[in-house]
Order: sequence, then C-alpha cells, then structure tokens
Amino acid sequence: MVPASYYLSLAAVLFTIGLAGVVTRRNALIVFMCIELMLNAANFTFLAFARMKPDMSGHAIAFFVIAVAAAEAAVGLAIVIAVFRSRGTVNVDEVTAIKDS
Amino acid sequence: MSDKAEIFVFWPLAVLLVGTAGGVLVARNPVYAAMSLVGAFFCMAGLYLLLTAHLVAFLQILVYAGAIMVLFLFVIMLLSLSDEELGVSRMKAMQAFGALGGIGLLAVLVSAVHVSGDRGMPPVDARFGTVKAVAEVLFRQYLLPFEATSVLLLVAIVGAVIVAKQRV
Repeated sequence: MVPASYYLSLAAVLFTIGLAGVVTRRNALIVFMCIELMLNAANFTFLAFARMKPDMSGHAIAFFVIAVAAAEAAVGLAIVIAVFRSRGTVNVDEVTAIKDS
Repeated sequence: MSDKAEIFVFWPLAVLLVGTAGGVLVARNPVYAAMSLVGAFFCMAGLYLLLTAHLVAFLQILVYAGAIMVLFLFVIMLLSLSDEELGVSRMKAMQAFGALGGIGLLAVLVSAVHVSGDRGMPPVDARFGTVKAVAEVLFRQYLLPFEATSVLLLVAIVGAVIVAKQRV
C-alpha cells in the first residue's frame, strides 16, 4: 500500500510548481495553465484524504472543483482574447491600463 | 493489487507527473506547455485510479485532457503569437523571489505532511469510487451544490461569449 504521505507530498510538489509558474511566468496563457495545475494539486489532496478516511465526500468535492476549473478556463481565456484584441499582447506585465502614473 | 505492485505503479507515474509539470513551468512556447500539461493530466488520472477514484479519473481525462486543453490550444492557435511576444520576462528579481518563495512553501507543506505522521490506507470495498457510489453521495448529500454548479456553468458560458465577442 502506498502511504498517504506520498500522495500528499506529491500534491505539495505539484502545487509549488504551479505557484512558481504563476509568479515567474509572464505569458497569460501559461499563467492560466499553472493555475489549472494548482487546482489539480488541490483535487489530488481531496482524493488522497477521501481514500484515507475512507469517505466518498472527497470525490463529490473533486467533481465540483473540476466544474469550477472548467468555468474559470472559459471565462479566463475569453478575457485573454479580449485583452489581446485591445492591447495586442498577452504579457501580464504590459497590461497596466488602470495603473497610477 | 498487492502493496509492491502499487509502489511500482506509483513511482513511474509520480516521476512522469513532476517531469511534465516542470515542462509546463519551463516551456518557452505555450503549445509545448499545453502538451506537457496534457501529459501531466494523464499521469494524474493514473494516480487517481491508484487512489480508487475511478469516476474522477475518467472525468479528469474527459474534462481536463479533453475539453479544457482543447480550449487552451484553440486560443493559442487563435492568437498565433510571434517570437518577440513570447520573449522572456524582464524582471529577473521577481523570478528569483518566486523560486525562493516556492521552495519555502514546499518545505512548509512537506514538513507539515511529515509531522502529521505516516498513516496507511484502510482497505475499501469494491463500491468505493464507482459511478454509482459517487452519484449517491452527489445526489443525496450535495444536491444543492450540484444544481448551483449548473447555474455557474451557464453564467460562465454567457460571460465568456459576452467578453470575447467584438460587438455585443
């Protein structure tokens, strides 16, 4: 049997990779992909705890997380397209329309 | 599955998963990043199967590796970014702090997991994680959130159309 701590540590590694991507990458599309990675890491933790209890509620929560991630991807990518259309870039550092100065 | 066999399935999937996730982090071209992410989702689905979450594993492949990644690839192709737009970040200091913060967070999380002790997984019956069992939880205990999810998806569809449309 694979111990629960292996799964939880792997989820922590994945979440950290996603967070590092969100902080360091400037391409909005890759930032979105890294957010998906973080959501997946959270899902992974839910499933590991569900298996540990064992309690099926974690599977229901994972289902909701997948639905929210799908909605987030649809709206987020629409915003990326709208920003690209108006400013001609997807670099998040250059989108500073309402910045002071 | 026996304990040894599970370990032998776990480690290759875990290494592949971290490798493909790292590929998303370092890829210069968004298409390569998207392909790496598809690989990561498949590895994760394999690990979900190992956690006896059959329904969620199939949803992972259908929704993530299928629908969401196709959406990403459509947008990448639609924007068709040139090389200068893909250029690396100018803020090197930000990257250094980001990497440092990431390592710090990882240390905290892994030490927290370590402190919580190494509990084994209890045996589960054959129904655990099947479509029928998850549906019973979903439609009895979580019926209201399930219905709210449908409203959320409707709002997301309408919002995406409004935001991306040139003239409403």
